[in-house]
Amino acid sequence: MILQPIIKAQGLVKHYGRVVALDHADLELYPGEVLGVIGDNGAGKSTLINRLMGEDQVNAGEILLENKPVSFKNPMEAREAGIETVYQNLAVSPALSISDNMYLGREIRIAGILGKVFRMLDKKTMQQQAREKLSDLGLLTIQNINQAIETLSGGQRQRIAIARATAFNSKLVIMDEPTAALGVKESKLVINLIKDVREQGMPVILISHNMPQVFEVSDRIQILRLGKSVAVVKPETHSMSEAVSIMTGALDPNDHEAGAYCSPHNGN
Amino acid sequence: MRFYPGSSMVSFMSEFLENKTKEDDYNPVGMNTGGEVADFSEKHFSVANKTHRFFHSQPVAAPAIILLTSIIVFGLIVGDRFFHPYNFSLILQQVTIIGILAVAQTLVIMTAGIDLSVGAIMVISSVVMGRLAVDFGFPPVLAIIVGLFVGAFFGGLNGFFIVRFKMPPMIVTLGTWNIIYALNIWYSNSETIRSGDVRDIAPLLQWTGNSFNFLGGRLTFGSILMVIIFVVVWYALNWTPWGRHVYATGDDPEAAALTGIRTDRILMSVYILAGVICAFCGWVIIGRIGAISPASGTTANLDSITAVVIGGTSFFGGRGSIYGALFGALIVGVFRNGLALAGLDVLWQEFTVGALIIIAVAVDQWIRRVGS
Ligand SMILES: Nc1ncnc2c1ncn2[C@@H]1O[C@H](COP(=O)(O)OP(=O)(O)OP(=O)(O)O)[C@@H](O)[C@H]1O
Ligand SMILES: [Mg+2]
Repeated sequence: MILQPIIKAQGLVKHYGRVVALDHADLELYPGEVLGVIGDNGAGKSTLINRLMGEDQVNAGEILLENKPVSFKNPMEAREAGIETVYQNLAVSPALSISDNMYLGREIRIAGILGKVFRMLDKKTMQQQAREKLSDLGLLTIQNINQAIETLSGGQRQRIAIARATAFNSKLVIMDEPTAALGVKESKLVINLIKDVREQGMPVILISHNMPQVFEVSDRIQILRLGKSVAVVKPETHSMSEAVSIMTGALDPNDHEAGAYCSPHNGN
Repeated sequence: MRFYPGSSMVSFMSEFLENKTKEDDYNPVGMNTGGEVADFSEKHFSVANKTHRFFHSQPVAAPAIILLTSIIVFGLIVGDRFFHPYNFSLILQQVTIIGILAVAQTLVIMTAGIDLSVGAIMVISSVVMGRLAVDFGFPPVLAIIVGLFVGAFFGGLNGFFIVRFKMPPMIVTLGTWNIIYALNIWYSNSETIRSGDVRDIAPLLQWTGNSFNFLGGRLTFGSILMVIIFVVVWYALNWTPWGRHVYATGDDPEAAALTGIRTDRILMSVYILAGVICAFCGWVIIGRIGAISPASGTTANLDSITAVVIGGTSFFGGRGSIYGALFGALIVGVFRNGLALAGLDVLWQEFTVGALIIIAVAVDQWIRRVGS
């Protein structure tokens, strides 16, 4: 069986005036894997991700979602197609409750005329489902789903955001520096949750500057350099310092014994 | 661009203290609870913290307590006259105008904005209704509908500048307040439409001032309209997706946008709705005064803001409630009424409303602020 990538980007090019942010960059995310994306400042990580999310348009290249070409005009479209994003800055609304936050932007309305005409929220269903979803990820011990988000710590908030991203039939979750705003202990919890998310079969793209975190949680790591995808490495075959050398251009990835491209599964 | 910055910072800070005190009580997302920290703070700040937590989690508690206390105090000072059903219906009439405008103001302040033009929109809507019906012979129903559209238009104008050009709401509405005021004088030729003319030609405009017996007092249809507006907006805020989005937009606009909420549309809808509510209030003020004057309702802006803030809606946005505004309007009404019955000069009423707003903002900050 040939494994098909969930999402595949090919030859993405993006210019900002004379700056080339993406220079024929590629990316492939396979089912069930965590793909780390690393690169120096300005290497094009955010540009690449923004493109996948429909946040801005590239000059050239194509994106295939489950083998079908897609072109999102905005993040909402990407989200409807099943691409969710978790941001560095804990994108939750502090005064709203956990369940309100989980369903923000995709509220469930009561069936029938109350929901259609009077647009009435089905709070009971949302609370119940939110509770289930949090329990699935082991995130809820004493459930007060109506608690305001602001009563949670940063790590707890980020974990709610991750739960939200994985909860709604999403196909993949992109996390852009999800631990950058967190302390060491809190980051740890988030990293563990990413592992749980992978256990549940949800593929993840993780952008991070934190090498140890990326190496701890990723199955494969894509290295961007000057807008190009220069290598895809694995924590088993490449050391952190080798990855950094490739990132900075000190090491030609083809000179490494594992080569410049590691396929998602051994023997494929 | 927000006129009142720092909401996320404030909540970030408040989260800090909340966690120290609350971790003992619950364990929401399976965190390892930090026992030592909690023990420490429990010992040192427990009374202040408990009070703080109470008011933080029950935003309407403070205004409810103020309202009850003020009723008791004025009852003691003024005596039976205050508790007479007739006096209560009088208070309700007085708070009807403030109350309706406070609903509009709550919506706007909830999005971390402010609307200084609510009074002006109310008056220009009433003038348009009156001019069309009385001077131009429009059917009163049509005149009222046009008046409501005028309210929507000026609300939308506020929203347009705030959303499109990212201008601070206070500056925009300060500008439109004066623009609308000038248009108002121009359109009405600074003339008052006399009460008798309105009664003869378009009695429907004064319908909001008609009253009926209710528990020994008199209740106007304007007050009923206020209650209906309260209920409708309360429902919209608490039971529809739109309401959640208004809270989220006011709370943290960037986070709201990241979850896919079209925050610019939400803001626009809030300002338009506020304009329409002000126009309803224009209809109500015709019933209250009888005549239609371009100079009416001059203290309405400050009264509505006072009511909203006393009612526990935060200037930082995202927090507050529509019934808080009702409490706030009642408090302003009770104070004005009680002070008048106690024989104090009008200027002391103004003094008190001024003091109330400052105290309310101070309390709001205290509730939001956290340990040093
Ligand atoms: N809106 C923009 N206008 C002009 N140039 C831009 C813009 N966004 C990105 N660039 C440029 O494109 C290049 C790639 O930027 P990008 O933000 O994708 O890098 P990055 O890998 O995310 O970096 P960092 O690690 O700093 O987040 C950089 O040279 C940057 O200066
Ligand atoms: Mg970046």
